[in-house]
Amino acid sequence: MARYAREVAVVAFAQSDHLRRTDELSEVEMVMPVLHRVLAATGLKAGEIGFTCSGSSDYLAGRAFSFTMTLDGVGAWPPISESHVEMDGAWALYEAWVKIQTGEADTALVYSYGKSSPGSVRDVLTRQLDPYYVAPLWPDSVALAALQAQALIDAGETDESALAAVGARSRADAEANPHAQLRGPVPQGDYQVRPLRTGDCPPVGDGAAAVVLAAGDLARQLCERPAWITGIDHRIEAHSLGLRDLTDSPSTRLAAERAGVFEAPVDTAELHAPFSSQEVVLRKALGITDGVAVNPSGGALAANPMMAAGLIRIGEAAARIHRGASQRAVAHATSGPCLQQNLVAVLEGDPR
Amino acid sequence: MTAASPPEVLRAPLVVEFPFTRSLGPVQSAFLTGLREGVVLGVKTSDGKVMVPPVEYDPVTAEEIRELVEVGATGTVTTWAWNDRPRPQQPLDTPFAWVLVKLDGADTALLHALDAPGPDAVRTGMRVRVRWAAERTGAITDIACFEPYGGPGGGGPVPHDGGFADAVTGIVAEARLDYVYSPGRAQTAYINALSERRTVGERCPSCHKVYVPPRGACPTCGVATTDQVEVGPAGTVTTYCIVNIKAKNLDIEVPYVYAHIALDGAGLALHGRIGGIPYDQVRMGLRVEPVWTEGGRHPDHYRPTGEPDADYDAYKELI
Repeated sequence: MARYAREVAVVAFAQSDHLRRTDELSEVEMVMPVLHRVLAATGLKAGEIGFTCSGSSDYLAGRAFSFTMTLDGVGAWPPISESHVEMDGAWALYEAWVKIQTGEADTALVYSYGKSSPGSVRDVLTRQLDPYYVAPLWPDSVALAALQAQALIDAGETDESALAAVGARSRADAEANPHAQLRGPVPQGDYQVRPLRTGDCPPVGDGAAAVVLAAGDLARQLCERPAWITGIDHRIEAHSLGLRDLTDSPSTRLAAERAGVFEAPVDTAELHAPFSSQEVVLRKALGITDGVAVNPSGGALAANPMMAAGLIRIGEAAARIHRGASQRAVAHATSGPCLQQNLVAVLEGDPR
Repeated sequence: MTAASPPEVLRAPLVVEFPFTRSLGPVQSAFLTGLREGVVLGVKTSDGKVMVPPVEYDPVTAEEIRELVEVGATGTVTTWAWNDRPRPQQPLDTPFAWVLVKLDGADTALLHALDAPGPDAVRTGMRVRVRWAAERTGAITDIACFEPYGGPGGGGPVPHDGGFADAVTGIVAEARLDYVYSPGRAQTAYINALSERRTVGERCPSCHKVYVPPRGACPTCGVATTDQVEVGPAGTVTTYCIVNIKAKNLDIEVPYVYAHIALDGAGLALHGRIGGIPYDQVRMGLRVEPVWTEGGRHPDHYRPTGEPDADYDAYKELI
């Protein structure tokens, strides 16, 4: 606990059902029920929240400044203290956590959402790549993940059947998650980009998630068993894919060290691995051993709403602590191609 | 690839195009100009590694790095991925392998496409060479792709001053993304009503403000606006401006007036063009009504109703 100035916990988590399409809903219409649910879980009203931070990307639905529209769902007028990141909501959570650490807020609402259905997310994501050397080739997100998967296979760290097992386990676990998009067996299917088959890839869909953070005794009042963020850090790899060892994730390992992951065992790991091969990399970087429950929620292979799936990992890990199913969990979020940027958080429940 | 959407939902194609003009640093300029000239350049990092494609700053120390070297146009595949269904704008329109290639003399790998007959013809460690594009402009696509190569290697890095006549100093990064946009419940209802020449807003169940057009949520209360309320058709000009610059692709003579109009019953003003009155006679408080054109799905503009002007007190909260 002494790592940081203030004790901060995730005190509530909510998420939408994650669906292939939500044409009947605008982004704010999709997000608002999730905001209401997460606030209801704490008994707080929107006006009582000290800081609000969201994560989203306008490129997904092709809607400029969509985050200003979703702010309507918070009740942001007259102006509240708020911010936005064009990133996964896990990074919005990081900003909110810093805000609480500075003492400027005691509570924070963090939410994020992605509506990928209006566009072609594989192509949309090419626009985040190096504009000089890479983006003009339009290498889609599955292609880049496949290059990483082949590197892992060449290195002897996995094979196609082991990768298929990752997807199968994730979707079997997702049967207990009513919000997941893919629940239960999914055919492994054809190669999307070899060596990755359909079953190795995340579903494309729309969804939203939200958490409430609170500091110290307030967290104890708002939540029977707060999920204390005892460590959090985020790191990034070198920009050029060709410079990286794609079979490893030094940035995840470094973030984990800084967050104190390795100081004690964890019982749960919620890993943001949209592709089965990326779970192999993350298990290695985080030193995940056999006894650890990895993605009991089903993970990103069962539901991968862009910009929300990382925040959901933190939310799912926290929810497991809230209900007493975990004592110490690691949550991970990623952004960019081939695990480009990684955030690692340690969540702990009070001893029972 | 998008799944079918329910037929009752409004949707429309949306094309987003953004051609960024990007300037190049000295290293990027030399690299891309070199490609135009059929030469592949790398840069030496602080610890002596040769980076291809080269960058302006050392990825480890962040030092400025400028020591250019020429590397081979032949190299070795470090990883690959077979792409059976090329997507629009990718380098080849027939099945190909994505590859990372470490060119001879380089220590890092370059991403590109490999033209090969099938996945069985590709493996990590295979030898490849650059296939140059027929027309080259100074862009990464001057490398059309790689192709399998059984000949001798290109040797080690050779110092190069990076000087070329008529160096490329920038690129235009074209991009186009295609969407099928759906406006959601509240805006669908609004647009559908408009096509019947009715303006229907939504009332906040908490503060009772009527939003026109509705966006589905009350930004003050943070709740869904669910009660539909027909407003107008007439309204009051709350403020306005005189537009003197002709907009591209807009067939309206300047000067014209663009105004905020509080429709009767609405809790906030929407905006529209004012016509049917000389531009210099439009004023705050002017009473206006919508003018619909044949087949139009929204008012073309608003014109004076002829009623007396509204009292300032009647609309001051809506400015």
